[in-house]
Amino acid sequence: MSAPTTSLRAALLAGLAIAAAPLAAQTYAITGAKLITGDGSAPIENGTIVIQNGKVVAAGSSVAVPAGAERIDAGGKYVTPGIFAGFSRVGLVEVDAVSGTNDTQANSSPFNASIDVAPAINPTDTAFSVSRAAGVTRAVVSPDAATSIFAGQGALVDLGEDFDAVTIPRAFQFAEMGERGAREAGGSRAAAHTLFRNALREARDFGNRANVRGGGAAQSEGQRLSDVSPDLRMLESNADRPQDVLLTRFDAAALVPVVQGQQRLLVHVESANDILRTLDLKKEFPNLRLVLVGASEGWRVANRIAASGVPVIASALNDLPASFEQLAATQSNIGRMRDAGVKVAIGMIDDNDAHQLRYASQYAGNLVGLQKVPGATGLTWDEAFAAISGDVADIMGVGDRYGHLRVGAAGDVVLWSGDPLELSSTPERVWIDGVEQSLDNRQARLRERYRTPQEGVLPKAYER
Amino acid sequence: MKSTTGIAAALLIALGGCANTGGSTASASSKADKQPTALAAGEAPFASTYRAYPSTPTVVRNVVIYDGEGARIDNGSVVMSGGEILAVGDGNLAAPAGAIEIDGTGKFVTPGIIDVHSHLGVYPSPGVQAHSDGNEATDPTTPDVWAEHSVWPQDPGFSRAMANGGITSLQILPGSANLMGGRSVTLKNVYSRTVQGMKFPGAPYGFKMACGENPKRVYGGRGRKPSTRMGNFAVNRQTWADARAYRDNKDHKYDLGNETLSGVLDGKILVHNHCYRADEMAQVIDMAKEAGYKITAFHHAVESYKIGDLLRENDICSAIWADWWGFKMEAYDAIPENAAILQNTGACVIIHSDDENGIQRLNQEAAKALADGRRMGIQISDAQAIRWLTYNAAKALGIEDKTGSLKPGKMADVVLWNGDPLSVYSRPEKVWVDGALLYDADDPARRAVSDFELGQPGAGDVK
Repeated sequence: MSAPTTSLRAALLAGLAIAAAPLAAQTYAITGAKLITGDGSAPIENGTIVIQNGKVVAAGSSVAVPAGAERIDAGGKYVTPGIFAGFSRVGLVEVDAVSGTNDTQANSSPFNASIDVAPAINPTDTAFSVSRAAGVTRAVVSPDAATSIFAGQGALVDLGEDFDAVTIPRAFQFAEMGERGAREAGGSRAAAHTLFRNALREARDFGNRANVRGGGAAQSEGQRLSDVSPDLRMLESNADRPQDVLLTRFDAAALVPVVQGQQRLLVHVESANDILRTLDLKKEFPNLRLVLVGASEGWRVANRIAASGVPVIASALNDLPASFEQLAATQSNIGRMRDAGVKVAIGMIDDNDAHQLRYASQYAGNLVGLQKVPGATGLTWDEAFAAISGDVADIMGVGDRYGHLRVGAAGDVVLWSGDPLELSSTPERVWIDGVEQSLDNRQARLRERYRTPQEGVLPKAYER
Repeated sequence: MKSTTGIAAALLIALGGCANTGGSTASASSKADKQPTALAAGEAPFASTYRAYPSTPTVVRNVVIYDGEGARIDNGSVVMSGGEILAVGDGNLAAPAGAIEIDGTGKFVTPGIIDVHSHLGVYPSPGVQAHSDGNEATDPTTPDVWAEHSVWPQDPGFSRAMANGGITSLQILPGSANLMGGRSVTLKNVYSRTVQGMKFPGAPYGFKMACGENPKRVYGGRGRKPSTRMGNFAVNRQTWADARAYRDNKDHKYDLGNETLSGVLDGKILVHNHCYRADEMAQVIDMAKEAGYKITAFHHAVESYKIGDLLRENDICSAIWADWWGFKMEAYDAIPENAAILQNTGACVIIHSDDENGIQRLNQEAAKALADGRRMGIQISDAQAIRWLTYNAAKALGIEDKTGSLKPGKMADVVLWNGDPLSVYSRPEKVWVDGALLYDADDPARRAVSDFELGQPGAGDVK
C-alpha cells in the first residue's frame, strides 16, 4: 500500500473524528484570509471570520479573535461562503440511467404539484461527497416535471456528511412554462397557460374553503427533517370541493401557498416571449412570488424583468440556439440582465444538474473572462462569486441565513488553495454549519487504488 | 436544453425499430462487381472541395507559444505565410514582405484546437427531431453509412466552437447506439455551402464502434440481438469474420459496409471505439487482434486509468472528458485524474468533447485534468496538457503531418489567446485556419453567422 493511501486514510479518519465531535460548542477563527462575503463586495484582505455554535459571529477586517477560539491561519488564501448551487437535482440521482436510483421525476404518478422531493433527497449519494469536495455547501433541489407543468415542491439542502440534508423542505414549487411546459400540458403553450390558470383558481378556491395555510418553509432553525411537521395541507382538510375539478385534492392543496404567495414559484422559461407571458401571470394572481429559471433570452426583455422585480436563476453559458426558444442565447445574458437591474444568480437547469454542481465555479469564472471579450457583457469577479453564493440565497429568501459570511449566517465556509473561480484551484478545507467536512469520496479512493495501474502482490481488490 | 449530445444520443436514440434482418454483411453473389460507380480510377467519392481562404502573411511576436508537441517558448514569434507555418522561434524571426505584425504581449499562441469526438452537424442546433441524423441505429451494425451524408453545414455550433474554443479541425462521428456506427468525417471548422467544402483534404476516414451499455440496451430493448455484452462481442466477431471473407474473396457483389470494414482491416480507416469500462476495453483489444485491425483510440474511456499500461503497450489513445461521471452505470468509476494517470503511465491522452458546449471549452477541460493530476503529485507541464487537444488529437485523426502543431510547413491553423488558455479567464482573440483569419474578437465582420441564424434574434451577437 502506497504512502499517499495511508495519508488519505488518516485524513479521512480525522474528518470523521471531527464530524463526530459535538459541533455546537466549537469556536474558531480563520485569520489572515482574503475574505469574500458573498454579497458582491470587494474581497477583504487580511480578514478574519469567527464561527461559534455553527454560525458566523464576526467577519471583517478588524475582528477580535475571542479568547479560547481555535485559530486557523489562512495565510492570505481565499475564504468564501460555500457555493450555493442555484438550481440542481443533487441527491435525487446516483446514476441517471439506473432508474432505481433516479428520483427526479415520476412519469406514472397520479400526483404532480404535491410531490415533495424532501424525503427522496439522499445525502449518501456520491454527488453529495463529490460536490462537497468542490466547495458546494448548499443547493436548490428541484423535481423534474413529468405529467404536468407542475413538477412538485423542491427543497433547500446542505451538503454535509450526515443524514439531515434538508434545510428547508417545500421551499418552492417548480413549473415548466416553455416548450417543455407545452408538451407536459398536452401540446401547446396555450394549454400550459390554461392548465396553470385553472390549477391556481382551483387552489385559491380550495384554500378559501378549507382554510389551508402555509406548507412552505416549515422548518425552524436547528430542526431535522424528521422533526418538521408533516405537510398539513395534505392531511387535515376534508373540505368539500366542487365536482368539476381537475386537480387531485393533494395537488390543489399543494398549490394553495403558491397562489397565496407563501411559497415561491420557480418557473422554467427560456424565450423572451415566454418570459413576458409568465410575468403577465402576476396580473391575474398578484400574490405569486415568481422566480424565473433558465431565461436564455432574458437579455432581450431585461428591462421588463427588472421592472417586475422578479429575480432570475439563469444558465450561465448557454450560447447556442439549442431549441427555438433559445435562438438569442448568448453568454452575455446574465451580465446584460444584471446591468438592467435584474437580480440574477447562476443555476444549472437540465445541465448535469445532479452530478456536476462543481461546474458552478467554472461557469462563474467564464463570466468573468467574458469581460475581456469586446462587445460581450460579463460579470466582475465579485459579482460572479455572489452569483453562486449570496445571490442564490437572496433569491430563495434565505440570504439572512445562508450564502453570505455575515453575522448570524450559517458557518458554511471554504478555504481555497487559490482563486476559487480558477480551474487550478480546489478547496482545502470545507465547513458546513460550522462543522468541518471530509473531502473524501469514492472517486478519491479509485484514484489512490489506481495511482499505478499494475497489480502488486495482491489483486487491486485488496488495496483500500 | 444543455443535456449533452452524447448522453442524449445514448439515452434517447432507442426510437424507431425498423425491421432489419441481416446485418450488413455481404450476400453471396456470383457476380464479381467492382465498385459500381462512374468515377475514374483513384477518384474518391464526395471528395473534399475545401480550399484555404486568402491569407496575409502574419507574424505574432512577444507571445508565449505552446507548440502542440509539448514545448513552450516564452517571448516567441510565430510566422505564417501562404497558409502555412513559416517559422516558430524566439522574438527575432524575420517577417515576410508585407506581413501583418501582431504584438502578443501577455497573450498565448497554440495550434488550432482539434476535437476528435464531435457530433456537430449530425446532431446540430436546434436539436429538433428533423435534425437528428447522427445514428442510423436501425441495425446493430451499419458500417455502410457515412457521417458526412448527415452533416448539416449550417450548424450554429461550428461558430461557437471556433469563437470560444479555438477549434480549427474536428472529427464528426456517428452515434453510439449501435456496435458499428459507420464512417466518420474529419472537417476543417470553416463554414461552407457544402459538406465537401468542409472536408479536411487528405484526412483518412475514421470508423465508429461502440461497446457496452448502448448497443445492448438499444437492441435488447427491441427484442433482438445483442441484448448483452456477450451478444455485443458475438455480433462484432461474426461481422469481422464475414468482412475478412469479403476482403479475401474477390468474387462477390460490391457491398458498402464491407468496403468500409475492408478499409479498416487494411489499416486505411482508423477505428474510434466508444468504450467506458477497463475490462471491456481489454477484451475489445483482443477482439481487434483476432479480427486483424488496429484500434486508434478508445473514446470516453472513463476507466482507462485502470489499464494505462495495456493501452500504452497496444499504442491506443484514450479520448476522454476531464470529469464527466455518473450518467450511466459504465460511467460510474470515472475519476478526474484519468488523464494524469494515463500520462504518467506513458499512454496517449486526448481531451475530447462529445458535446456542443464542451467543444467550446476543451482548453478548460485540459486545465482541470492537469490540475487534478498535479494535486495527486503527477507533474505534467502546461505545454504537455495543450498537446492533449492538438498534436495527440491530430495523430489520432491521421492528420498530424498537416496540422496539430506549430511546425514549419504545416497548415497555419493557429489560435491567439487573450491570456493563458489554461485559465478560465482566457478566450481566443484570433483564429487562423490555413493562415486565413476566420475569427477576430476585435472585428465583428470576422464572426461567422450560419444561414440558420441569419435574420434571427441575436444574429451576429457575441456568443
